[in-house]
Amino acid sequence: MFDKFALLGFGDGGWGLALLQGAGITISIALATLPFGLALGLVVALGARSQSSVLRVLATAYTTVFRGVPELLTLYIIYFGVQVLLQEAWRWLGLPGSFSMPPFVAGMVALGVVLSAFSSEVWVGALNSIPKGQREAAAALGLSKGQAFRLVVFPQLIRVALPGLGNNWMVLLKETSLVSVITLPDIMFITTRANVATKEPFLFFGAAMAIYLVFSMISAWGIGRMEARANRGIAAFGGATR
Amino acid sequence: MTWCEYPGWAVGSEVLQNYGCRMATGVGLTLQLVAISVSLGFVLAIGLAVARLYGPRWAQVLINGYTTFFRGTPLLCQLFLVYYGLGQFRLFWTDIGLWWFFREPFYCALLTFVINTAAYQAEILRGAIQSIPRGQFEGALALGLHRWSSLRHVILPQAMILALRPLGNELIVMIKSSALASLVTLYDLMGATRLAFSRSFDLSIYLYAALIYLLLVEIVRRVWDRLELRLTRHMALR
Repeated sequence: MFDKFALLGFGDGGWGLALLQGAGITISIALATLPFGLALGLVVALGARSQSSVLRVLATAYTTVFRGVPELLTLYIIYFGVQVLLQEAWRWLGLPGSFSMPPFVAGMVALGVVLSAFSSEVWVGALNSIPKGQREAAAALGLSKGQAFRLVVFPQLIRVALPGLGNNWMVLLKETSLVSVITLPDIMFITTRANVATKEPFLFFGAAMAIYLVFSMISAWGIGRMEARANRGIAAFGGATR
Repeated sequence: MTWCEYPGWAVGSEVLQNYGCRMATGVGLTLQLVAISVSLGFVLAIGLAVARLYGPRWAQVLINGYTTFFRGTPLLCQLFLVYYGLGQFRLFWTDIGLWWFFREPFYCALLTFVINTAAYQAEILRGAIQSIPRGQFEGALALGLHRWSSLRHVILPQAMILALRPLGNELIVMIKSSALASLVTLYDLMGATRLAFSRSFDLSIYLYAALIYLLLVEIVRRVWDRLELRLTRHMALR
């Protein structure tokens, strides 16, 4: 029974190192997607609240589509579809050779687009919670619109948005498992391979679960700390913070 | 021409016409998977949420572990663990006469979805029950209602209204997540689409599938909005 666990080790025939590398890929794609997805989400949120009705319709359509289509399908569409488009463009430009999109970029774009659609809802909620008077006061002080957003609204936004964004991060972390289907060697890809090689699916998928669980627990702890930090000084006034 | 080939013919898409019937069957399988798993998960979740809040200490710890585990790991991983991992113990399942269950990818996907969505729904219901003021329970007890009757007739109906929106979101998430069933050889909507693509190499089939998923999600969303309006019609502020 116990000799099976040697398969997870770092010795001869052990998959320990490969699993660690897979875990590294999972973390890197999640971390690479996060800033891109959150920034795009904020842009979409600002679009959804803008005065221009065209922008509002576009932003609503964007969130409706990417929140409603399965992530797996979005991934396929971006991986295969954008690849075909880029190849056409490549040929049209008369460049030599052919273009192929690295799975990492495809995964990052697909997960980022989905994350932006979901995080934009969080951003909109947070933006709505900032009283109008804050912007007016900033304007009265002579700040430009951009400055008012950057210096006055945004710092207050983070505190309100943090729980929702933390949630988005947890979802993203689990969604990265989908990139294994476009051959990116993340945890799921490595364990699927290990399963084929060793015929020990229970052991390896169990190990993958354990790794994801550790990541989730560390994230939950980290987000809790960040929320506590963002809320410092607020609870002292007796506000209902959490 | 059968009815399921008609949409493809109408929009002039050869691939959608050729695979329209397979996709229609796929939609059926997707709906079947989602409907069964979400409703079974709901029944399970009520029990879990109540036991998590009012049960004995050991049950609370156990259920807490269960929800943390299944909410903290990817559904894809859970699906593979059930389909490939539990399938590994074939002799054992044959011995206790359950091999027919774990042999079928459909039952494996269903089992995975049920335990996964039950974990999420249990947390939703727990949150909803917890946000009902304590006085409601005390008032019910003071009126002479039994603990169970207070829960059933006073607490749960109010909690359900709070839980309605997140539960609708969970239903939508399950419609989307059910696409993963295609990775364990099931021909749900996603599986049928993948098959159509691998045979025709026509990318537009993915876009049609996206449209169908969008349609399903949009229908659920609209129905849910109606449901919420109806269930909260006694509340003055709406």
